[in-house]
Order: sequence, then structure tokens, then C-alpha cells
Amino acid sequence: MFTNAGTSSFTQFLSQAAPELLPGRRPLPPGLSADVAPHATTIVAVATADGVVMAGDRRATMGNLIASRDIEKVHPADAYSLIGIAGTAGIGIELMRLFQVELEHYEKIEGAMLSLDGKANRLAAMVRGNLGAAMQGLAVVPLFAGYDLAPADPARTGRIFSFDVAGGLYEETGFDAIGSGSLFAKSALKKRYRPGVTTDEAIRLAVEALYDAADDDTATGGPDVTRKIYPVVMTATADGTHRLTENEITTVAEQVVAGRMENPGG
Amino acid sequence: MAMQFYASPEQVQRDRSEYARKGIARGRSAVVLTYSGGILLVAENLTSLRKISELYDKIAFAAVGRYNEFESLRRAGVRMADLNGLAYDRRDVTGRALANAYTQTLGAIFSETTKPYEVEICVAQVGASPEADELYRITYDGSVMDEPGFMAMGGQAEAIGGVLKDRHDVNADAAAALKLAVEALGSVGGENGAKRQLTAKQLEVAVLDRSRRGRAFRRISGAALGTLLEGGKDVPEKAPGDAGDAAPPAPAEAKPTVSAAPVDAEGVSDAGDKTGGAVNGDGS
Repeated sequence: MFTNAGTSSFTQFLSQAAPELLPGRRPLPPGLSADVAPHATTIVAVATADGVVMAGDRRATMGNLIASRDIEKVHPADAYSLIGIAGTAGIGIELMRLFQVELEHYEKIEGAMLSLDGKANRLAAMVRGNLGAAMQGLAVVPLFAGYDLAPADPARTGRIFSFDVAGGLYEETGFDAIGSGSLFAKSALKKRYRPGVTTDEAIRLAVEALYDAADDDTATGGPDVTRKIYPVVMTATADGTHRLTENEITTVAEQVVAGRMENPGG
Repeated sequence: MAMQFYASPEQVQRDRSEYARKGIARGRSAVVLTYSGGILLVAENLTSLRKISELYDKIAFAAVGRYNEFESLRRAGVRMADLNGLAYDRRDVTGRALANAYTQTLGAIFSETTKPYEVEICVAQVGASPEADELYRITYDGSVMDEPGFMAMGGQAEAIGGVLKDRHDVNADAAAALKLAVEALGSVGGENGAKRQLTAKQLEVAVLDRSRRGRAFRRISGAALGTLLEGGKDVPEKAPGDAGDAAPPAPAEAKPTVSAAPVDAEGVSDAGDKTGGAVNGDGS
């Protein structure tokens, strides 16, 4: 099985070698199971002049309870792309890990990285595989963004892809948000976003948008100044992915909070 | 029904060994050696088909012999490593486990099928120091040997290994290690046993970089290889995804860079094993 000539796809290999490790292959009891597991909430992504910025709040909820204050929902998918997850946290994290291995696996087997569109298509197929569970309330919807090493349009190196539960893949222009607070985050970005923003400006925009989401959505966590828990912010540029350090994000988050002290509406 | 002539098991094994050895000896060679900055893998290779590749974070693969056979082994190794890394943790994927899987596979192929694989492979795992590096040589019959810091595979491997043995220095830098590797590969194969001067175009070079977090495997080609061959410094381009991150961006971040098997589980006495004895079979 390991030596079959077969495929360069890790998920395809798993479906033969260890199907139990694939999300979406497990029989679920009938009925709606939406409330059995924590939910991850708002993720925003902003395209910049140099690439993309992705940020996610730190809250996971279970019904009216806060299941986690410091969950991390934005991760690097590979050296040049980022993935954020919203929906059922457990399945989302599993999907994200599997996607990371999928990209690395292809790279090792073929000796070359997948194109950014290829990566997005793979992720769409993996989301589609979870449709059964999604219908029973265990939906997970990722947000995928990355730096395109070989873009069709040289001016658009930072690209953002969104998905629906059925595996639909949509390329977004400029910015996008997913999760329960996405409505408010997108509204905030709509008013503030300008094409060609710098990475630093986009980081500020993203944190502001998350603040607005947390302002109006109970399931989204705002900057927690008492515990010093701030959003996870990552960038993907020609230099690869970078997660803002504790100091960098603290500075931005404190500026945003200070701004809201003067003007709560931002 | 036609009667088969009797052939003793010894004879069958000998014939298979000879067949496999002849096949391996026809190909070009490869060397793997430790140096201060990691493990250097060098293969003589005129094609774009790879003999050296990455298996996992700290583990690389090098092979000589028939391409289709070692390529299928390489894919199997990547699959096994990725499967175990996903099912357990990235730290739980070890060179030793992969070497064990390879010996099982090659041993079974050697004794059960009509044609043995004509390959010899190396599984290399970089550690925190040259002493913690692991090199496993796995031959066509499933024998595995734990090599002492350097090894040569392929045609005239003994002559090449002899050059390495005399001059191998674990404290050498990348340029010195590459110089030794290239001289060793070029020490055979010339007309009337003369030496050859190998150029960048004839070489496939990669390193497992000791200092790199996460995935340590890095190819050296093009201009960087030219510079290094001329004795220049090995200047690794900044690893993408590693741009000054303090927080963990990849699951591999917090990996201990020592031998992937926990040090306390291996014990200090393990150093005694590194003398390079055959563990399994006599290789004949």
C-alpha cells in the first residue's frame, strides 16, 4: 500500500491506508449535534500590496459558554499560505492539520510546491468531504489566503479564497471574513479598506475589524487586556509566512483599544 | 509437468545477491557525511531525476541503483513519515523507524520475489550535534548498518568510502565537507583508474541543516553550489515561514533538535552503538 505508484495526494493515500483518520468518514448518530462541541468564531483576511494579512480572535464558544479564551484559529498552511478556521473547532483543527500535511506531502513527493489555486482546490475538496457532518451541525468553513508565487496578474500577489460548507470555492477581492462575527467585521472593512494598503495598515485594519466583530457578536472575543490575550495575526508575503510576535500584536491591540477609548465606534 | 532442477537455498541467495550487486555497481555513486553544520548528501547525477530527497523534518533519503525501485521506496517513506506524523506527533517520526520499515520491505522483497531490488539506500537524521546524527545504510537484502558519520553507496563504494574514512572530519565546514565528498566521488571512475574532476553540473547536493528549525532539508544548486564548490561560505537563504517568529507558526517549532527519539529513552550507552556494526545479516 505504501509503495503503490498511485497518487501525490496525502488525503487520497489516507483514504486507502487509514480512512479513519479522515474527517467526514465517521458515521454520526442521526439528529443535529451542533451543540456537542466548541465553536470557533471570527477570522478576517486582508489583501495588501505585499501579500495578505489574516487575523483571528481567540474565543471558542459552546452555546452560551466560553469554551476557550486563547484558542488559535489562524495557522500557516505552508511556507506561503495561511488558513483560518471557523465552525466546529475540533473538526476545523483536524482539517487544518490534514491540509498542512497534504501540502507538505505533495511538495516532498513531487519536489515542487502546489500552485496557490491548486492548494485552494485541495482544501475545497476536503471541506466537501465534511458535508455529511456539516448537515448535522458539525460544519467547518475555512478561510484560505496566501502569497501567489506565480500570479496571473503581477499586481495581485496576495489572494484570498473563501469556501461554503458544500465545498464551493470563491476567490475574494480585497478582504473577507468568516464566522459568527463576520458580518460586522466585513462591514468595518468595507468602510476602511483601500486597495494597495501596506501590511502594517492591513494589520491595524484587521484588528479593528475583529474589535468591531467582538463589539456586536457575543461569540467573538475582543482584545483581552487583563489577561493579555490578543488576536493571532499572520502575514504571508514574498518572505514567507510570519506570525506577529507577542510584542508586535500587543502594540497594535493597545493602539486599537486606546482609539476606542476616545471613540467607541472606531 | 516439467521438473525444475534443484538449486540449494544458498545458491539462490547468492545468485540474487550477485544480481543485485551488479545492478547497483553499474550506477553512479552517492556519499553522505556529517559535518559541523549538519549532514551533507552528495550524489553524482547528470539527470533531473532526484537521488536525494526529504523524508521528514530532520530526515533525508539518498539512494543509488534502479530509479523506479528506489523512487517507490522514497514515496513509501514519505507516506509513512507523514502518516505517523499526523497520527501521533511530528517528534514521533524517527529515522530509526523509517530504517526499520525499509529493512522489512527490502528483506521481504529479497527473499520472497523472483527479482531483488537493485538499490542501496541511506536514511539520514540530523541531530543537535554531529555525535547525535544518525546514518543508516540499508542494502538490497534488507541488511541495515548504523554508519559512523559517513558512508558511500553505489559502484566502487569501498574505494570512495576509503577516501572518506581517511579524511572525514565532523568539525569541517560545509565547503570542506563538500570538497571531500566531491574528491571521494571523483577518486574512481576515470580512465585507467585515474581521478576525475566533477563539476557542479554532475552533482546533486543537499544538506540537513542542523541550525534550521522545522524542516531541515535544503537543496544546494545553481549559483549557491558553484560558490560552495569554490570554497565559499554556505549561506542559507532565509527559510520561508521562519521570518523571526517567536510564537509557534508550525507544529514542528517546539521539536527538540536532538535525536528525534527522546534522549533519556536512548540512554548514554547508546553512543557505543555508533561504531557501525552490521545489525542484521552479513550483507552478502
